[in-house]
Amino acid sequence: MKSYEQINARIESGKAVVLTAEEIIDYAERKGLEEAAREVDVVTTATFGAMCSSGCFLNFGHSRPRMRITQTWIDGVPAYSGVAAVDAYLGATELRQGDPANTYYPGEFRHGGGHVIEKLVAGQTLELHGLSYGTDDYPRREVRTTFSIKDLNQAIMVNPRNCYQNYNVAVNGSERPIYTYLGCLKPKMANLSYSSAGQLSPLLNDPLYRTIGIGTKVWLAGAQGHVYAEGTQHAPSCERGPNDVPTEGAGTLALTADMKKMHPRFVRGASLRGYGVSLALGVGIPIPILNPQILKATTVRDRDILAPVIDYSGDYPNRTGQVLARLSYEELKRGEVTLLGRTVESSSMSSYAMAREIAALLADEIRRGDFLLSRPLAALPVQQGFQGMKIREDRP
Amino acid sequence: MSTRRLLLYFPRSETEKPIVYHLVKDYDLVINIFRAKVTPEEYGYLVLDVTGSEENIARGVEFVRTLNVQVDEAQKGVRWDRERCTMCTNCIPHCPTKALHVSERATMEVAFAGELCVECLSCLENCPYGACSSIF
Repeated sequence: MKSYEQINARIESGKAVVLTAEEIIDYAERKGLEEAAREVDVVTTATFGAMCSSGCFLNFGHSRPRMRITQTWIDGVPAYSGVAAVDAYLGATELRQGDPANTYYPGEFRHGGGHVIEKLVAGQTLELHGLSYGTDDYPRREVRTTFSIKDLNQAIMVNPRNCYQNYNVAVNGSERPIYTYLGCLKPKMANLSYSSAGQLSPLLNDPLYRTIGIGTKVWLAGAQGHVYAEGTQHAPSCERGPNDVPTEGAGTLALTADMKKMHPRFVRGASLRGYGVSLALGVGIPIPILNPQILKATTVRDRDILAPVIDYSGDYPNRTGQVLARLSYEELKRGEVTLLGRTVESSSMSSYAMAREIAALLADEIRRGDFLLSRPLAALPVQQGFQGMKIREDRP
Repeated sequence: MSTRRLLLYFPRSETEKPIVYHLVKDYDLVINIFRAKVTPEEYGYLVLDVTGSEENIARGVEFVRTLNVQVDEAQKGVRWDRERCTMCTNCIPHCPTKALHVSERATMEVAFAGELCVECLSCLENCPYGACSSIF
């Protein structure tokens, strides 16, 4: 009905009709799917939450004399240096060297890779310490200096697993508090924690990956980046509701973008007590309304998206596969749900308020003609499972 | 009768006088202490609610000031930084008085009602982003 080229032409002429995945719900109900699909060019989706697989490749430029850095610390946080001369990869969950971790349980994890990435994007000054064994062509053995993102040739975020399509709801069925990546869970299922933007979340608005694929342009923390691969653990073959929406994790996206163009508001180091450090990121993905079928998927509502409730004190660590219940995001967002006959307080590790802000920002950028859409180069797999680790007892 | 939250800050070595005793006995005030750090020869602080007649509260505050103790009625021990807050809501089940709460369910925006805060500091432990801090 519409092509990518037609939509981009409308964006360039400043005439594109763009709504957020929240606004489209009422709009399509008022106009009907067919008419809404004719009128609307783009629906913007977004999410903001802890995305542990985030990280970045940095190039520091060459020192004089040259040095092939083999060990790197940035603000005391180790960065992987088994790459070319003055490149390094810094991962969001890396702890500062010497962090007591959970030695004094629950650990505080105040500073790590995610915090360093936040400081970088915010333009702050960081400390670089590098060591090397020295070679004939790279004789220098140690470097200590300070730098900011402006001093780097490249700072490219490369996140192999972002934007989980759906996610677990965590509870704690044990008798003591537990500390997880979904926060502190009180004993006896007194509270639960979820992590998804629900009706605003990118892959919940395109559940069968009809428009989001490899090469799709995305808004990553304010920078224009793209999907470079299926995300790790991308597992689309799972239970789905009548609207094709998965009722568990399912799809993921591998994203990349230039950190020099990011906005610090959407790149936030996270300290999760008793668990570790991470990075919370804002992602926005535009969905081109090519036909009524694609539009229909974007009208998904919180009440139609179910998430599995899992006991993180036993069933999750032991991978029993037990699901206690399924709750909709409409229920979860109320702040109080009924679970197994009792009232349980609910809260989120992701931010719906920030997701709304991002969906609106991206919609504005597209309306202004500053953000064009791209046709995927390849589709994401629609059928694919997810296997566990085989621990072989008969190893030699 | 009214209730006021006061932050008493003791610069140094003014901590030997039984301030709370005098507030109760001389000014007929009901005292509810939320947080305190009173170490001889060091600075210290008290965060407390005083309940009594307006006149007695004013006289009590005046008395405390004569002891070279700074009295701050506006200042909270716990600060919530709206800019650092990502509005994830992770802190909310851990806030016993609902000082931190979702102000609007449709937008899921978080707000902080300082007057409800009892300074238990749960939010400091549970906020991944350091949006809550304590001035002490």
